[in-house]
Amino acid sequence: MTIRSNAILEVDGLERRFDVSAPWLNRLIERKPRRTLRAVDGVDFVIQRGQTLALVGESGCGKSTIAKLVTGLHPPSDGAIRFHGDRDRLQMIFQDPFASLNPRWRVGRIIAEPLRTLRPEMPAEAVSARVDELLRTVGLAPADGLKFPHEFSGGQRQRISIARALAGEPEFLVCDEPTSALDVSVQAQVLNLMKRLQREMGLTYLFISHDLSVVRHMADVIAVMYLGRIVEIQPTKDLFANPLHPYTRLLLETIPDLEAPKRDRAPMGGEVPSPVSPPSGCSFHPRCPLAFDRCRRERPERRAEVLDRRVACFAAEAEAGAAV
Amino acid sequence: MTDIVLDVRNLRVEFPTRKGVLTAVDDISLQIRRGEILGMVGESGAGKSMTGMAILGLLEPPGRIAAGSIHLSGDRIDTLDDREMQQVRGRRIGAIFQDPLTSLNPLFRVGDQLVETIRLHTALDKAQARARAMDLMREVGIPAVEERIDNYPHQFSGGMRQRIVIALALCAEPELIVADEPTTALDVSIQAQITALLKRLCRERGTAVMLVTHDMGVIAETADRVAVMYAGRLAEVGPVDDVVRRPRHPYTDGLMGSIPSLRSEVEELRMIPGAMPRLDAIPPGCAFNPRCAHAGPRCRREVPRLAATAEAGAACWLATEGAVA
Ligand SMILES: Nc1ncnc2c1ncn2[C@@H]1O[C@H](COP(=O)(O)OP(=O)(O)OP(=O)(O)O)[C@@H](O)[C@H]1O
Ligand SMILES: Nc1ncnc2c1ncn2[C@@H]1O[C@H](COP(=O)(O)OP(=O)(O)O)[C@@H](O)[C@H]1O
Ligand code: SF4
Ligand code: SF4
Ligand SMILES: [Mg+2]
Ligand SMILES: [Mg+2]
Repeated sequence: MTIRSNAILEVDGLERRFDVSAPWLNRLIERKPRRTLRAVDGVDFVIQRGQTLALVGESGCGKSTIAKLVTGLHPPSDGAIRFHGDRDRLQMIFQDPFASLNPRWRVGRIIAEPLRTLRPEMPAEAVSARVDELLRTVGLAPADGLKFPHEFSGGQRQRISIARALAGEPEFLVCDEPTSALDVSVQAQVLNLMKRLQREMGLTYLFISHDLSVVRHMADVIAVMYLGRIVEIQPTKDLFANPLHPYTRLLLETIPDLEAPKRDRAPMGGEVPSPVSPPSGCSFHPRCPLAFDRCRRERPERRAEVLDRRVACFAAEAEAGAAV
Repeated sequence: MTDIVLDVRNLRVEFPTRKGVLTAVDDISLQIRRGEILGMVGESGAGKSMTGMAILGLLEPPGRIAAGSIHLSGDRIDTLDDREMQQVRGRRIGAIFQDPLTSLNPLFRVGDQLVETIRLHTALDKAQARARAMDLMREVGIPAVEERIDNYPHQFSGGMRQRIVIALALCAEPELIVADEPTTALDVSIQAQITALLKRLCRERGTAVMLVTHDMGVIAETADRVAVMYAGRLAEVGPVDDVVRRPRHPYTDGLMGSIPSLRSEVEELRMIPGAMPRLDAIPPGCAFNPRCAHAGPRCRREVPRLAATAEAGAACWLATEGAVA
């Protein structure tokens, strides 16, 4: 992937560590060492304006931590985040549309909140007109502004979250599992809405999901994460046509496929190891069918001369070398 | 002699409230045979869990079975008292829930919990029960059983805990397993391991399984037949391939269309307009009629029903009579 000049976000060597040591007194008495968890470990990616980059991976691989780093909710431990846009126009949508809406506020006030911050000088009538317009944009009615969040279904609450995010006139939206709490029929409504808004307003999305079929539908580029690292990053079409990393292949292999159900498959074994003590070398090696000696000793990097930095894997490197 | 393990007829589950009686499950009939996995799908609130809980005799009062019958291998079980039902649950029906921690006691070693359950339901002594517990743990794929048997639940990962729960459900060799969203909290690679395990056990032991999930992909790869629920009622039943590929009920059809594909690209996903009605606002006639593109006068008047023993079919006037007038 070549870095074109219209990049809106560039992330370089991003790292975030958490101290997960036992309390000080226990450490003293039980002689336990300090422990650090590397939730995000040397992550690089670029997002082009108007595009969607998706982060996929299993629970605990660091997706939400990246979202929090990009939105500034966590400071990075190392590395750089360069945002070539207006920081005030960066908004976030969360997985749980109920927890993220103030239950004591009417929906109209919830949606107006970012407007008040962004445009404190805006007269009250203009704010309320804008709120009505936003409610209509996300498929709700202006009268819904008078209700409280608990009066809405999950899908409607997620629309309210989207309306609130839009009120901040965003150019960049970080969406952390925006439809994971929703049923598929409701998910379709929200995904269609998000795509329409992107088309109409030229929005850029950092889109987080554990669901590969959702990501395939939404993303231009997909980054696959494993234990805090991006192991593969490719344009969506290429990733599905030609997955390079053994972990990506495992994910594609195990995801239930409605159109071609694999009823007799023998699923691959193993589980994601603890991020507190990741395996040596390539952290995927205990589960990898292609692992060899070097994988246990050395950590593979995404290198510029190998497949244009698309994959971090020694076997994929060797294969690419053989093909040349 | 028949091989029908579970036979539910015209089941109705109600919740009396101050505002009136809510019907969470309305006239559900289904059968599961020996060695068969019946998938139950539907969106949140459709009544899947309530159907499962009614079968398990675990409805929380004031929830109650208001009509219908439930037979387990020919024995009626919905009329049993709490103590009798508790025995049926231990011995003849196993339960697996979404959160494995609801089935495990955090204060006891998993081995002790298995041994206790085995001894409750068999005549084995302590040493024999422990040997059996180890066999079960091996069977569900726990590595290093000799070490792990004395661990506490929190020392296992989510996937391993769910395996222990399955071992626990298998202790008494039940005829039926009710599994409610057993893989929903798990990652896809672990989810595939658990569904493969359920399938193998069902095949090898002839256990009947009711697999409740909202994930159509899991159903497509695991179930033999599927029952689709909508607003407390059965919309459609049938062999899983037929229901997935040639859905007969407009709701099932819409549901299938709204799932993003792994194989083809579309700019827009198909949408079903609106939302499933709340229990206190179920429209007269077909519960799906306000959202259905084919709805006609009859749909707003008369409830379409499936025959109680239908192996396949849709509760839809258009599908059954070809007309909605
Ligand atoms: N104690 C209760 N009082 C009133 N209604 C209830 C009660 N418990 C459940 N219900 C209702 O019964 C209906 C069916 O609930 P159930 O839990 O079976 O749905 P479900 O399809 O399993 O949903 P989910 O996928 O969210 O678990 C829902 O509308 C629910 O709100
Ligand atoms: N505040 C924190 N303190 C300690 N560990 C954390 C904290 N936040 C996240 N982690 C750990 O970082 C890893 C990545 O977490 P997260 O980004 O939330 O994963 P996910 O991909 O599921 O969203 C996990 O192992 C998680 O337990
Ligand atoms: S580097 Fe080695 S262990 Fe890691 S994914 Fe590639 S082949 Fe497998
Ligand atoms: S009965 Fe009528 S409203 Fe209901 S699904 Fe069939 S056609 Fe649609
Ligand atoms: Mg997360
Ligand atoms: Mg449920």
